[in-house]
Amino acid sequence: MSRAEVDDVRVASGPREVRRIWTFGLFRSELGITFRRWRTLALLGVLAAVPILVGVAVKIETSDGSTLGGGGEGGGPAFIAQITNNGLFLVFTALAATLPFFLPMAVGVVAGDSIAGESSAGTLRYLLVAPAGRTRLLLVKYATTMTFCLVATLVVALSALTVGALLFPLGEVTTISGTRIGFGEGLLRALLIALVVAASLIGVAALGLFVSTLTSSGIAAMATTVGLLITIQILDQIPQLHAIHPYFFSHYWLSFADLMREPVYWDELLKNLGLQGLYAALFGSAAWARFGAKDITA
Amino acid sequence: MAPYEPEQNTSESGGPRAGRRKAARYVVPVAVAGVAAATIGLVPALATSGDPDLPDVTAQELIEKIAASDTQQLSGNVKISTDLGLPSFGGDLAGGFAPGGGGGSDEGGDGEGSAADPQAKLMELASGTHTLRVAADGPDKQKLSVLDDAAEYSLIHNGDDVWAYDSKSNEAYHSKTEGKAREKAQGKDSGDNSGKENLPEGVPATPKELAEEALKAVDDTTSVKVDGTAQVAGRDAYRLVIKPKQAGSTVGQITVAVDAKTGTPLKFTLSPAGGGSAVVDAGFTKVDFGKPAASTFDFTPPKGAKVTEADDAKSGEREHGFKDGGKDFGGKEFKGGQDRDGLDGLNGLNVMGKGWNSIAELELPGGQGIPTAGSGDVPPDAQRLLDSLGDQVSGEFGSGTVFKTRLVNALITEDGKVYAGAVTKDALVKAANSATAAK
Repeated sequence: MSRAEVDDVRVASGPREVRRIWTFGLFRSELGITFRRWRTLALLGVLAAVPILVGVAVKIETSDGSTLGGGGEGGGPAFIAQITNNGLFLVFTALAATLPFFLPMAVGVVAGDSIAGESSAGTLRYLLVAPAGRTRLLLVKYATTMTFCLVATLVVALSALTVGALLFPLGEVTTISGTRIGFGEGLLRALLIALVVAASLIGVAALGLFVSTLTSSGIAAMATTVGLLITIQILDQIPQLHAIHPYFFSHYWLSFADLMREPVYWDELLKNLGLQGLYAALFGSAAWARFGAKDITA
Repeated sequence: MAPYEPEQNTSESGGPRAGRRKAARYVVPVAVAGVAAATIGLVPALATSGDPDLPDVTAQELIEKIAASDTQQLSGNVKISTDLGLPSFGGDLAGGFAPGGGGGSDEGGDGEGSAADPQAKLMELASGTHTLRVAADGPDKQKLSVLDDAAEYSLIHNGDDVWAYDSKSNEAYHSKTEGKAREKAQGKDSGDNSGKENLPEGVPATPKELAEEALKAVDDTTSVKVDGTAQVAGRDAYRLVIKPKQAGSTVGQITVAVDAKTGTPLKFTLSPAGGGSAVVDAGFTKVDFGKPAASTFDFTPPKGAKVTEADDAKSGEREHGFKDGGKDFGGKEFKGGQDRDGLDGLNGLNVMGKGWNSIAELELPGGQGIPTAGSGDVPPDAQRLLDSLGDQVSGEFGSGTVFKTRLVNALITEDGKVYAGAVTKDALVKAANSATAAK
């Protein structure tokens, strides 16, 4: 190997190194900005309160020894009948209760604000003056939003686990197929379920990011994203539209419960993950196309 | 390689070139959408193409193969779609056909029924699309699970115990099978049928059970032939087509896909004579002939679950609810009148015709029919509802109402006679006329 070649390699790897540090630094500062915001903390607080509310309500209703809802048709969110026997089920109930609205709404707020918020605050052009590049800024924003998805889900799960452990007994877990698994495996499944729930939000996050590149008003982007979320949820309830239901990002959300079957029923879980990937690819590339070609005026 | 992304320089340079560049960017999301649409559209088409090449067999050989098939160990997923064409009243009308069974779950709070009662639950399979999981290991161990949204209903037969567990309401149902139940019930007068009806085979749900019911109906009024091959759940299968020869039946044809290696029926499709989508379509989407894990069949009711013992439940209620309703759906249309012992709750049962066109004639308890318009027995609003449910017909027998589904039609006359069968409306009227003339 000649000297010149070695030098070439060194020269080529130098900027790349710088670039990686830059990306990481940008990501870290974005994370810091996002999670230090009062708005973000308030959203996480609301999410953490949901399991507390559910747990206390179930505890009060069953404190006289009665079963929940008289053992009838089992209304309410999924798994709620099992909470009294095993606090771990509060994790699943809380996730099932927050997934349809609270979690995606929080994600919609963060995703919708990501680009449009900078734009309306007049800080976007300064971000772009720094040698980060638009594509990388977009990727960093998306990564931040996904991190928020994961953190928000884990906040719900951990809050539920704490409340469940405090108010209800823990122990061997009965899967919904009727078989038993140990508490350790139950915890593992709870973690898997939290990850799947977080992954279920990828689609909304990508949609929010795309909407965020369309407008320069943060509020408008958030409202549009949450509005789209509600619209899709309503359309998903209309039986006449069943032909297009499988393409709604929210259609397979509750499939995370399939992880509690024994053996696990993967069909819908994989469909859900595939669908989220499709949304990420489609709206991610649309956001890239829009943001890369956009005139930044603010 | 350039250290920085170039687009921040180019995008604001203006001019027609920049405009084209902007447009070119949107090619990427459009391409992503195109690839996704093509994948969604083409992959299922590619997966189902190409029927397997199998040596020819005759229908007789195939039926013998099914009969000789000794599949003891099996596990897999079954998708069952039922479209009986019942008017949809919140999806619960099937319960209305089985008064005890359907009512049992509604009255769960009274302690009379249980949400986990197998008979009430399996009636739900009579409408809509369901995903089932089945596992079997010999005659003593079977498991059937109905996968609901975020809940599951499991029916587990392991040795002497039959357990049913409904995870949604966290209720379990327990009964002992024949041997034990006999001993236990000897002191009771209801012992004669309590054991048998508790077995989890009341409603045929798997393709094998459905195919066996269909093959029971095979006689000289039926044409059976092998019609090519198909792939079901990734396995090569023969298609057996069973067709009624007589006109007048609502059954168009029954197709059974039989696994070429094991002779196990893998898919069952019942098409109505009137065309349209299948009335019953049950098939494996995944099947494995290996031995299922022993833990699959273990069941201990979870802590805090409400357990209903079969002996505690009112046997009378079940007798009416399931025997009538279950046979209506599960038995009659296939069995063609050969096995009607289940209808003992009603009196005066008489079977007319034979084969696929057999019509059951029976009297409603109390000899009262459904009042027709003008009789003044019911308020006008209720009358209108009754009229909208059925067609008014009249003939030599008087007048009556025909209640139609896509498979089973029933004529209820004013004087309380019921004619029911998997036959057309005209055939029912003809049967009613001839029955009246014979008297």
